[in-house]
Amino acid sequence: MQNMTSASLQRQQQHQSQDTSHAKTILNDNSLTIAEKLISIKNVETKSVSMPGDIVIVSVDLAMAQDSTGPLAIRSFTEMGINKLYDPSKVLLVIDHTFPAADEKVANLHAMMRDFVSKHNCLLVEGSISHQYILEYLAVPGMMILGADSHTCQAGCLSAFATGIGSTETAAVWATGQLWLKVPDTIKINLSGIFGKGVFARDLILDYIGKVGEDGANYKALEWKFSNENIRKEFTMDSRACISNASMECGAKISVFPNDEVTTKYLEENARTNNDLKSIKIQAGASAKYEDEFEIECNKIEPKVSGPDNIDNVHSVEELSNMEIDQAFIGSSTNGRIEDLEIAARILKGRKVHKNTRCIVTPASVKVYEDAIKRGYVETYLQSGAVFTNATCGACVGTHLGALGENEICLSSSSRNFVGRMGALSSKVYLASPATVTASAIEGKIADPRKYF
Amino acid sequence: MTNINIIKGKAWVFGDNINTDIIIPFRFKSRTNDPYELAKYAMYGYDPDFHKKISKNDIIIAGRNFGGGSSREQAPVALKYAGISAIIAESFARIFYRNAFTIGLPAFEIPEIKGKVDQKEELKIDVTTYTVENTRTKETFLARKVPEFMQKMLLEGGLVEYYNKYKKFPWIQR
Repeated sequence: MQNMTSASLQRQQQHQSQDTSHAKTILNDNSLTIAEKLISIKNVETKSVSMPGDIVIVSVDLAMAQDSTGPLAIRSFTEMGINKLYDPSKVLLVIDHTFPAADEKVANLHAMMRDFVSKHNCLLVEGSISHQYILEYLAVPGMMILGADSHTCQAGCLSAFATGIGSTETAAVWATGQLWLKVPDTIKINLSGIFGKGVFARDLILDYIGKVGEDGANYKALEWKFSNENIRKEFTMDSRACISNASMECGAKISVFPNDEVTTKYLEENARTNNDLKSIKIQAGASAKYEDEFEIECNKIEPKVSGPDNIDNVHSVEELSNMEIDQAFIGSSTNGRIEDLEIAARILKGRKVHKNTRCIVTPASVKVYEDAIKRGYVETYLQSGAVFTNATCGACVGTHLGALGENEICLSSSSRNFVGRMGALSSKVYLASPATVTASAIEGKIADPRKYF
Repeated sequence: MTNINIIKGKAWVFGDNINTDIIIPFRFKSRTNDPYELAKYAMYGYDPDFHKKISKNDIIIAGRNFGGGSSREQAPVALKYAGISAIIAESFARIFYRNAFTIGLPAFEIPEIKGKVDQKEELKIDVTTYTVENTRTKETFLARKVPEFMQKMLLEGGLVEYYNKYKKFPWIQR
């Protein structure tokens, strides 16, 4: 934290309290979607509400870059001759994609990031995926989070306005704490029913993307709503994080859940710093206007497999069953949380990974890694013949710890299945829930996970 | 900075959903900060030798959702330094679109462009008026306008160039 005189501290506190009262008025507005509320409370130019299509300048509470976008952000920051961060406590650099460095070139870029952090005294995290770390330690409802990583939108699971931007724009935020944003239209998705056995949040979001397409929510805010208490309870924070994260794959600018008792409990369990807005409900107004509305009956969703090459290329697991796989990957910011690792351990317990298939389990963070050890999952993986790696984006982006060779096929719980995503251009990536990936690892081919539950 | 007000170049025509992993795979974009090194992998997922086949000022024509996926600014950077002078698409993915303007690569959204340009045909673009002309068919198209500050930033060559000239960010105008 920066040193402050008592007078400036007092001024800042007064300012914050005015801000909080202004924010409360907007958050209680009956006519706004969650996205409209969250962007309006951060508008630095006006206290009136911002509506879809408006271009506004927002104040940013957290500006993140990782090891594949941070070096370019640092270069732009330096090229602009800027030598001071707007607030070092709100600037986060994360070394996660190729951690630990897989080669000399990556090591040099990591060193560049560490030098920047040491010069500017901002936040540095090494060895946890940025989005998971932000979820575990930093995000609170109502926050404005911008990050040089498309999956920054994951923090919408904690009712934050969180979205991805480029490296040079991140450098501009580091300098000023502000950026322009266009207020998005909102698509509302009502969730009802509860999942059948062996069906998870990942199946739901793959199903949705298959229906709307890879640009089905381009520029839009997705707002999730629970139609009943049973489905609300089903949607743990890990499941919400999966949905918010994977919403990027249909282009969503943000993907946001209203805060509720699941949010409050999560924040309490993961000791969060003081938050002025924590007692405020962040939910849509009753007369909010939506561009579109969807109904999803969770009880009707079946295990899905997406791929190859495009995420909206979605199939039922039956359609692809019996396709042999060379690798099964459980991990990434989309599905590398403790619930995902628990499912993998539950299915692998007392079983062996198929002899023709490699199975790699990668936790999303150091915390998930530690929990997996404490709960005995790691022992189960090793006994079953799976590999357990450090927390990293690793295999998901084909940078290390599980890259694919020519013509290899991988079934993965990671984020994308684009051409050459995990390695050779001729390799193929299919995406599914951790349950489907683990069941398939045992059978050596794409398999329906429901018989394991 | 070279003048990008008027661009003339030949077209490379692509389909829908040309994503950032096609434009530049992660393992190449994450290992250097040198734009000319990045340029060697431009459109690698489509053709690893694409960068050798581009002539300076060539223009990419694409379908829907160009640049979907990652936030990697290296994607427009690789294309720009490989010689691509502009991208015209039916639509762009959100982050790619912002990044293209940020690094000074004209990205023009023209839904009607589909089927109106053949491979290698020459196009003339006036960046100041958002107009695109197919010089063979003489057909002209008007691209979707962007906020004035984005246009100004683009014409200055990008965000870094704009900032270094005016010592302020383009969206701070009021």
